[in-house]
Amino acid sequence: MSDTKKISKTTAKPEGLISRFMSATELDTRLIGMVGALALIWIGFHLYGALVNGFGAFLTPRNLWNLSVQTSSIGIMACGMVLVIVTRHIDLSVGSLLGFCAIIMGVIQVNILPSFLGLGHPLIWVIAAACGMLLGATVGAFHGWLIAYRGIPAFIVTLGGLLVWRGAGFLVARGETISPVDSTFALLGGGPYGAVGATGSWIIGLIGCAAVVFGVINGRKQRTKFEFKLRPVWADTFLGLVGCATIIGAVLLVNAYPWPRGIVRRYAEENAITIPEGGLFISHGFAIPVLILLVVGISMTLLMTKTRFGRYVYAIGGNPEAAALAGINTKMMTVKIFAIMGFLAGLSAVVASARLNSATNALGELDELYVIAAAVIGGTSLSGGVGTIFGAILGALVMQSLQTGMVLIGFDAAVQRIVVGSVLVLAVYLDILYRRKSK
Amino acid sequence: MTVNTGTPLVEMRNISISFGGIHAVDDVTVDLYPGEVVGLLGHNGAGKSTLIKCLSGAYQADSGDIFVNGEKATIKNPRDARSHNIETIYQTLALADNLDAASNLFLGRELLTAAGFVDQARMEAETRKIMARLNPNFRKFQAPVSALSGGQRQSVAIARAVYFNARILIMDEPTAALGPQETQMVAELIQELKRQGLGIFLIDHDVHQVKRLCDRASVMKNGELVGTVKVADASEDDLLAMIILGKTPAHLAA
Repeated sequence: MSDTKKISKTTAKPEGLISRFMSATELDTRLIGMVGALALIWIGFHLYGALVNGFGAFLTPRNLWNLSVQTSSIGIMACGMVLVIVTRHIDLSVGSLLGFCAIIMGVIQVNILPSFLGLGHPLIWVIAAACGMLLGATVGAFHGWLIAYRGIPAFIVTLGGLLVWRGAGFLVARGETISPVDSTFALLGGGPYGAVGATGSWIIGLIGCAAVVFGVINGRKQRTKFEFKLRPVWADTFLGLVGCATIIGAVLLVNAYPWPRGIVRRYAEENAITIPEGGLFISHGFAIPVLILLVVGISMTLLMTKTRFGRYVYAIGGNPEAAALAGINTKMMTVKIFAIMGFLAGLSAVVASARLNSATNALGELDELYVIAAAVIGGTSLSGGVGTIFGAILGALVMQSLQTGMVLIGFDAAVQRIVVGSVLVLAVYLDILYRRKSK
Repeated sequence: MTVNTGTPLVEMRNISISFGGIHAVDDVTVDLYPGEVVGLLGHNGAGKSTLIKCLSGAYQADSGDIFVNGEKATIKNPRDARSHNIETIYQTLALADNLDAASNLFLGRELLTAAGFVDQARMEAETRKIMARLNPNFRKFQAPVSALSGGQRQSVAIARAVYFNARILIMDEPTAALGPQETQMVAELIQELKRQGLGIFLIDHDVHQVKRLCDRASVMKNGELVGTVKVADASEDDLLAMIILGKTPAHLAA
């Protein structure tokens, strides 16, 4: 007895540097794994481009800025999909719902509102966007009602929705493309004017850094107050530094991508600025859709980790029966969760149609698969109860990086699909292995 | 022996509930006084758990009334039951395996900060306090309850019932999955709660256990109440006879 004790004590002491680091910082190993995979994808595509095509196009400010914009639409919806999958449901209708909302918003801002308010009225984009999100939330709530109160499996309800809303969108617009959208509305999709510029980006970055520092300090205060174990100071410092460095890095990156020359020239003419000899360097800064994703991500994270609602989402996912016995109205929760998913699909429709500057019937096709893949790659367990918003956004970034990377190095569409599909299956398999090991 | 005078803490009168034509509980009346432990005995499928779920709010009786402190109570869902200070420890424990002890303990009744957010730190601190009393060896406050042993999980479920000042406690086979030492711990807890004046419904298979812990025993068979006897007057054989034969022995029938 005493022998085994001694042995376990001596073997426990020279703990590996890595495991000590992990336990001190309380970082999730799978999170590190995902960041690692992302880095691998980015560097891999860059090197492949550099070696095979003679030009590494991936790790350039221009590509990464575009990547951030392209990730927004999927990322926004992935945040909602986390709630859906955590509660053991699925939503296959988000892509079609996105298309439907986009068409309706297009009709509202192009065909209806201008005749009442006049073309370019400042309220048009607000009303259109609000209608789109409200429509999404309503349709989502309806799905949720069918699932919770009528007992139809989510898979079937949303598979039906996948067809119904795509068809409905086609009927409304008779298959036509609606464009151009309202000029203010179009800013929500990014582009040179739809970004906050260098100064704005720095302000956002500094606020972000302040929030990180505050979070670390406040966390220590809370733990001290309740006499919980504190993280070592070096670990907290490290986490704070990494957080701030990431934010500042992102600001430097988006500020390093200048407006194209043509747009600079037009802008200079309109504002009567003379372009100096070497050209005028105007930074894009953070694109508006990226900021929308950021706001969605932060609010959803707060919702999931700091409110009763989020607590109940996880509880229902872990044990629906126990949640009901604890007095949680699980049916109403399902309706609310699908309403949130629908709302985010509507918001995503704003971003996607604004980016295209038009509403087409094909908008959002196959998005449901990318969104589900993003959530699952980001660590949301299909058996329910587990998943984070941050992971899903990272998952969306991974999916979009693969997609963009393959386009950049010239893989054709067929190969792209094969790769994306395989990656999804592989990611889930790795996830299963990881969970089995940690059990 | 407690003397049962005055208003019972709970009275379930003429409760019936059926599922698809099968009378799971058929016209059963039971009551419970403060400081008393009433055992519910019977075979699997005798209707004990179903009866008790009408009280905890998981099911709604088709007919019959429930009185709490002599007043008629409407219990439509678990929330109603909780508002009458009725707490239940289910056989399955009803824990969300993916959440930690504190989240489970406060599930549905989270402590909030002034800003309306869940106050995880305060909930964990409260959990540490109550666990120090119930199960001083409990350490895994950060781990999801799936990582806990059977006894530790049981103590989380018990803590949940005890923390919110239950007056009426329903325990559905609380020791079924436990080792001897943990069973003893539960037995001691029942005695302590009894002293504090709680009324406890104890569903159990083990006649020996009922004999040891309960004041009265109500026996059910095929959804019907066979009879309620004072445990002090009945031998283990008497109780077994009631469970198996469905008849109250003559010397207890009065």
